Amino acid sequence: MSPQAFEHSEVVLVPDGPMLVRGVRSVEDADGRVHAVERPVVALCRCEKSSRLPWCDGTHKVIARRGD
Amino acid sequence: MYLPKPRGSLSEAAFDLLRSLPDDQASETGVGVQPDSTEDADLTLWAVHELSYGGFEDVHEQAETSPPVLLLRARLETDLEARLRGRWTGAQPAPADVPAELVRLVAEHDGPSLAEHVHRRADLDQVMELLRQRSVYHLKEADQSAWVVPRLPVRAKTALVELLFDEYGDGDPNRLHAHLFAQGLEAVGLRSDYGAYVDDALPEVFEMNNAASMFGMQRRLRGAAMGHLAAFEATSSLPSRRMVQGFARLGLPKEMVRYYDEHVEADAIHEQTALRDICGTLAEEQPEQAGDILFGAFTCLDLEARFATAMLDRWGVAS
Repeated sequence: MSPQAFEHSEVVLVPDGPMLVRGVRSVEDADGRVHAVERPVVALCRCEKSSRLPWCDGTHKVIARRGD
Repeated sequence: MYLPKPRGSLSEAAFDLLRSLPDDQASETGVGVQPDSTEDADLTLWAVHELSYGGFEDVHEQAETSPPVLLLRARLETDLEARLRGRWTGAQPAPADVPAELVRLVAEHDGPSLAEHVHRRADLDQVMELLRQRSVYHLKEADQSAWVVPRLPVRAKTALVELLFDEYGDGDPNRLHAHLFAQGLEAVGLRSDYGAYVDDALPEVFEMNNAASMFGMQRRLRGAAMGHLAAFEATSSLPSRRMVQGFARLGLPKEMVRYYDEHVEADAIHEQTALRDICGTLAEEQPEQAGDILFGAFTCLDLEARFATAMLDRWGVAS
């Protein structure tokens, strides 16, 4: 088998989860505040319920469970 | 660190052997003593594994690969693996279902929560005791998973290294997670040298550490190692937030709060990449690993629940 080229995206929308973003140096939140990024990948909140906006803190899992 | 106090006939005989190595007269047939208890066996295996991490000041480095020590490690790991597999009753999932099955396993696991106790009710003594117990694990956080890197296919390897880079501080030694924990320990007045509280550690702490080390150190168990990692990350963000809130309630120093604060954000990321990019692609490329990925995840959740039950029992809190 010859070495394969893999699909690899810088931005990934996780179903029922955050948006993963790779390779950025800063993120501006909804209030216009700029947050420096020091990680190779960050998870941005999409449920708007995180206590750490703009970052995901896992709260979407609690919301999903309540909605079941 | 020096060898801890033995907790039975096997650890006593094994620690005597470790201190005597290298010795031309040493038996090549291993330590013939049977453990008095699983605690005796688990402490012994913890010490043998430690030879491959930071080692002991009273044990020569050659002991790590001496025949009687290797035989002892093989025997104890065989027993530990059988014990852990005996607790896992799940089925082999279809490889494509591994990420979803992991999510389901984590969501349905209903163990007692130490973070909830710390958040609402724990007193300072209880929190300090918890930090001493956790120090056996957190001071070498991520090291157990790092063994697995060379054994993974391309995509899973890339994703694991991306996750480990963040665990190891993103190139900044001051942000390395184990180092953040060490700084937190010093700030609350506890010792930060590895192994300082091993003599106080509950048996459940050794079982937890040994499972993670064994999964990491044996190539055959790479699926279990990555499932363990995924479950660990997927059960970290929300509990870490509760720890932060509990520490604020008790007025703990900012250095210790910072360690848990970092995990709220970091592990919300690691959870996703461990589930999808590590475990998902590993199962896709090596379908025979699917069952072990779930076994490893279950083991992580189960051992944490056993540890939490033991701590809450000790504090007289109903779990």
